Amino acid sequence: MSAAPSPALTSPDRLRLYRQMHLVRRFDERVMELFGQGLIKGTAHACCGQEASAVGVCAALGPHDQVSSTHRGHGHLIAKGGCVDRLMAELFGKETGYSRGRGGSQHVAAYEVGFLGSNGITAGGLPIATGAALAIAHRQEPHVVVAFFGEGATGQGAFHEAVNLGAAWKLPIVYVCENNLYAMGTVISQTSPVPHVADRAQGYGIPGVVVDGNDLDAVYAATVEAVTRARAGAGPSLLECKTYRIYGHSKGDSERVYRTRAEEATWAAHDPLVLAAARLRADGLLDDASDAALVAAVYDRIEQAVEFAKTSPDPDPAAAATGVFAGE
Amino acid sequence: MPQMYYSHALREALIHEMDRDERVLLIGEDIAAYGGAFKVTSGLLERYGPRRVRDTPISENTLVGLGTGAALMGLRPVVEIMFMDFIALAMDQLVNHAAKFFYMYGQQRPVPLVVRTPAGGGRGYGPTHSQSLEAWLMHSPGLKIACPATPADAKGLLLTAMRDDNPVLFVEGKLLYQEQGEVPAGDCAVPFGQAREARAGSDLTIIAWSRMVGEAVIAADALAAQHGIEAQVLDLRTLVPLDVESIAAAVAATGRAMIVEEGPTTCGVAAEIGFRIFETAFEYLDAPLQRVCGLDAPIPCAGALEQVVLPERSRIASAAYRLANA
Repeated sequence: MSAAPSPALTSPDRLRLYRQMHLVRRFDERVMELFGQGLIKGTAHACCGQEASAVGVCAALGPHDQVSSTHRGHGHLIAKGGCVDRLMAELFGKETGYSRGRGGSQHVAAYEVGFLGSNGITAGGLPIATGAALAIAHRQEPHVVVAFFGEGATGQGAFHEAVNLGAAWKLPIVYVCENNLYAMGTVISQTSPVPHVADRAQGYGIPGVVVDGNDLDAVYAATVEAVTRARAGAGPSLLECKTYRIYGHSKGDSERVYRTRAEEATWAAHDPLVLAAARLRADGLLDDASDAALVAAVYDRIEQAVEFAKTSPDPDPAAAATGVFAGE
Repeated sequence: MPQMYYSHALREALIHEMDRDERVLLIGEDIAAYGGAFKVTSGLLERYGPRRVRDTPISENTLVGLGTGAALMGLRPVVEIMFMDFIALAMDQLVNHAAKFFYMYGQQRPVPLVVRTPAGGGRGYGPTHSQSLEAWLMHSPGLKIACPATPADAKGLLLTAMRDDNPVLFVEGKLLYQEQGEVPAGDCAVPFGQAREARAGSDLTIIAWSRMVGEAVIAADALAAQHGIEAQVLDLRTLVPLDVESIAAAVAATGRAMIVEEGPTTCGVAAEIGFRIFETAFEYLDAPLQRVCGLDAPIPCAGALEQVVLPERSRIASAAYRLANA
């Protein structure tokens, strides 16, 4: 693709996005601690290590743009402007959670910030997001949709069906793959005949772009280009963010038997937070003191969220089977 | 009141609502230029244009997801699945997504989606183009299910479906498309959850929906003519919501009940209705419950076999005769 100039991020923007990445990181680290303490039950999938794709993509979106997410979706929601209190409360199974405790980690929607929902079915969000893009196109609105998915989703028919349809109808959507190499424990090279998920785009006649998914600026620039194209009515793009999850698939995957500690060390040296901090320091926007203050403020904010969740009420057991249908 | 084909009554409902509500759009395979496999949407492309009548790729799962996503954004999509058998391809989006979103996401936003689909056999289409799969979806909380048996209800229930804020599976009788009946003009919406007495009778109650209502009425007429047995036929109209109150009242009045279902016997809708009767009207039963359902076999092509697998009027009449004399 030709390089389109992306609107430069201002210094405050860059610091805000850096802080947001820390917020995502700390949120999911704290969630794992809370699991360990038995304060959160069920399951959750930490997106630590993948903050740059969530934050970089959403930085290119406006409030009326929509996002659909995956099972590993806390970062997407936070990056789209979601409230960490209500997200944490959802994980605690509280009535104040976004889904009032009905959904849990994998089933959170926040329509007021354009978040169509995280999704417990691999590739399940792609048809939904494509439908949201259809609605936008139908009403000739200037908005776009981003459908996040993991590389494992490319094994699903729903992925191919949705991208094919979105491309055929030139809908205003960007399909964003967060390729963290492993679908649970199965490495993508065992299950895909092509080296890059973005290669799939050729089959649908849309641009396929590979980007360093741990590089916030690169993700942002590539998203701006794809979003600009979608807004202009030129149709979808497939953006592949190469990334890596620091922790296991879910809270139960502490041994990570399918990958080596050496591979993890290589990726740790390419941590998105470290990369972003280095750039900010090089540009004179961050130093030891301001970095420490920023991180401390993030920790405080997450503790507030934990406190909010802890002190929130449980859902009313009498309401367990109510609200199945709207209007009743 | 004008006589109208069931298929035309459906089209009338679509036209009525598309004229009235700009948010309604039609999505499906071959629904635009072709007019739908059973011609229900014939002429609507010309009337509303390709923006509101959209031909799609053959991707049933994504069509339902597309409708769900558009519904979340405030449209009121009507998705056509060409044969009910193909619902199997869309089960994930129907059951794990559309049906659950309102509850699962904390009741934030409804999913006003209609999925229209023709069900049933009798045309020799064979095992993958003949099924009645209501029971699968009735087993999935969050979906409403309408099954009109007459042209008037085809129009009236479809109007209601398009105005409902929930996902509605709208089951059309494949053999009913060419049936004629009186259909009111204008807005004749029929509320969900209100069964209809299709035939009066005091000796027993036959409970049915969709095409089996007509079969039951024919069987009942024959029974009356040959044996003087008067069977009441109750048309459920919708399976979700299920009008348990009317079922119980009917059973209480006649003391004998039989359920007719085109789908297979095991774990069918009939089994559920039977248990509801057990829960609500057991003390009124003068004889054991009966059911006449499809056999537990794929639906074969050959007419000689298909008519054995599917319930039909003579099997219903025989069972009703036995029940009346039990």
